[in-house]
Amino acid sequence: MVNVTIDNKKIQAEEGSTILQAARNNGIEIPTLCHHDELTASGACRLCSVEIKKGERTRIVTSCIYQVEEGLTVNTDSERVIHVRGLVLQLLMARCPASEVIRELADKMGVKPQARFKPDEDKGKCVLCRQCVEVCEEVVGVSAIGFSYRGADKSVGPPFAEPSSVCIGCGACAYVCPTGHIEMKESESGDERIIWGKTFEMAACNECARYFAPQEQLEYISMKTGVPLDKLYTCVDCR
Amino acid sequence: MARINSLQDLSKRKEKGMASLFPSKTKVMVGEATCGIATGAGLVYNALAEEIEKQKLDIILSKTGCIGMCYREPLVDVIEPKRPRVTYSNLTPKKVPEFLKQVIEGNIKGKKPYCRIDEDVLIINRETERYCNGELSDDLKAVPRISDIDFYKKQVKIATRNCGYIDPANIDEYIARGGYFSLQKVLSSMQPEEIIEEVIQSGLRGRGGGGFPTGYKWQSCRRAPEEIKYVICNGDEGDPGAYMDRSVMEGDPHSVIEGMIIGAYAIGAHEGYIFVRDEYPLAVDALSLGISQARECGLLGKNILNSGFDFDMKIGKGAGAFVCGESTALMASLEGRAGEPRAKYIHTVEHGLWNRPSNLNNVETWANIPVIIARGAEWFSTIGMEKNAGTKVFSLVGNIRNVGLIEVPMGITLREIISDIGGGIPKGKEFKALQTGGPSGGCIPKEMLDLPVNFDELSKAGSMMGSGGMIVMDETSCMVDVARYFLGFLESESCGKCVPCREGVRRMRGILDDICEGRGREGDVGLLESMSQAIIDGSLCALGGTAPNPVLSTIKSFRDEYDAHIREKRCPAGVCEELI
Repeated sequence: MVNVTIDNKKIQAEEGSTILQAARNNGIEIPTLCHHDELTASGACRLCSVEIKKGERTRIVTSCIYQVEEGLTVNTDSERVIHVRGLVLQLLMARCPASEVIRELADKMGVKPQARFKPDEDKGKCVLCRQCVEVCEEVVGVSAIGFSYRGADKSVGPPFAEPSSVCIGCGACAYVCPTGHIEMKESESGDERIIWGKTFEMAACNECARYFAPQEQLEYISMKTGVPLDKLYTCVDCR
Repeated sequence: MARINSLQDLSKRKEKGMASLFPSKTKVMVGEATCGIATGAGLVYNALAEEIEKQKLDIILSKTGCIGMCYREPLVDVIEPKRPRVTYSNLTPKKVPEFLKQVIEGNIKGKKPYCRIDEDVLIINRETERYCNGELSDDLKAVPRISDIDFYKKQVKIATRNCGYIDPANIDEYIARGGYFSLQKVLSSMQPEEIIEEVIQSGLRGRGGGGFPTGYKWQSCRRAPEEIKYVICNGDEGDPGAYMDRSVMEGDPHSVIEGMIIGAYAIGAHEGYIFVRDEYPLAVDALSLGISQARECGLLGKNILNSGFDFDMKIGKGAGAFVCGESTALMASLEGRAGEPRAKYIHTVEHGLWNRPSNLNNVETWANIPVIIARGAEWFSTIGMEKNAGTKVFSLVGNIRNVGLIEVPMGITLREIISDIGGGIPKGKEFKALQTGGPSGGCIPKEMLDLPVNFDELSKAGSMMGSGGMIVMDETSCMVDVARYFLGFLESESCGKCVPCREGVRRMRGILDDICEGRGREGDVGLLESMSQAIIDGSLCALGGTAPNPVLSTIKSFRDEYDAHIREKRCPAGVCEELI
């Protein structure tokens, strides 16, 4: 355990844990957009920026990555921190004017849109938090989606924006998406699912006949786990 | 190529190299680095080859790298036994037959040489290489010595010591000028810790721009507990107007290779990578050839110089993303992933390439190493100034008479560089600003020209050393437009991973567009400053963290130009078209 001080509160934190974990374990709130406990922290959104002090030097770090150190002093809402978060939210509001999540976050923090930033019309609600790409790679293990281009043109999707041959239609990306940018549509009867431009045939539960998972997802699970495919045609509710 | 196993073998190769540097017959040498080729050196070379063949002349035709005088290219040198080496400038293919006639006749009556070299004292071992041993004829005496030319007087060449002197494709010429003797020295008589101590004592700081003490970096990497370690050379130079590293890689690839082998031995690495951008095809070729020659000679591979030390290296080619010059992005790219930086809270000397301890230095840093080993830390630390030892290579470009590649001792003033070495501003124009440090550097106004050049002073002035680009601007440059240009560059080169850099830089550029196009508003300057602070604080890597520098430094020194654009809708320099 190491001793750290966060917002004047003396805390014992586990060695190797991040400032964000230590803060949250102790009821100190730090906003995040790109963070997910199960995924590699990327430090992309910068909302979790905090100011740390070591000796006389202070600097801004991302709390989702920076690990606690003995004697570290952390300020989660200093003027500099609020300034960084304020700009990040203004920039994201201009990028994703349709995103309710961003607007609510900004409202909560008292951040107003910057009138000098002309809102984008082509970015949807995607803030490029990377969680979809990471969950697909790290949790699902198929890497069906990734990034194309760089800078402001950077976008998420399957390679060449074509229906992916490896996507299993599991929808984990849509599930982790913090702003609801990723659309997953099901047909009215539920026999089809469309995501990233690919249509998936849904498998029906042997017991209740409800469509519950894409056929390709069940095949993938069977391949990964060695469980015979016919054993997987029972939905979670009927198991 | 025979294996070099001992000091004797190396000395034999040195003799071979000397015979090639100073042949017993006339040698004509063309400066064929990228800068030379851009001005037609390749065509001059071809014309020379054709004419020599046609006339069946007994002349050796050779190539060399960039000696720095890019403002006079194409450069052709004539080396004859017992005569000084003479440099002819601005040669064209048309002038070649007449020029060769003059060379055969052994006079300089027609085309006058730009300068001559009588002797050259090698910085690496203090040996003197004499080009001439006799009395000079009167007409040759009238040709200035290279060391007397203003452009050269104040230069000290360590990293660029061989550029323009050797054929980069000839390893023996490198050896003849003291090359690989430092490697032989460390492998035969120095412990890794001793080498690291020597580099620490020398005071060498990373020439890629960060200025981190090289020896301490090596030490951390050596001490990192993992067994497999890497040394990496950053040759991904991408600043607009900068070509220092390119010139070293093209003109003297073995200096980088030797530096890396020494570093690898000191750190305990057996594998190395040189990361070069693919837009530097000549550098890639020169390094590839250099590596394969070194391998053939037993200077790379197993049991180097019969010492038992194994080390080999590969070239990794960058696809042209500026951000790949950032160390973590570079390593990601080497691994085959997208070139995106990661937070460096955990240092790459502990967890770098493939998560293993990795020591990355840039081209110029590596090229300094063999000289430091040969001459010792004490000697090196006397060059330059305290805490900023040694020299720095700069590419001096823009509105300046002598555009070229220079290497100067740290501590020289900007004024000396511009007025003395650079020859001042052409066409009777006024100096306005010096942009240093690459796109995320800053603009230094004339009031600050007496600053000594070093890592710390340039940072204090709101700019930075960077890797060594120096762009001189005269009164015809609009500083708002300059800031806009650099922000546009950084916007398109941002990897897009973190919000402040990806979104913030383009929004700042948008405001600068407005200002340059007559839509600037009162309060814009304050907004730019406020955004800058948040972007500096909030960005993930140094690209974003320094991106606002061009704006902040121009606001600081040229605020009146911003005000004229915003309040009077006027561009004082007459650059912004919408305001004319």
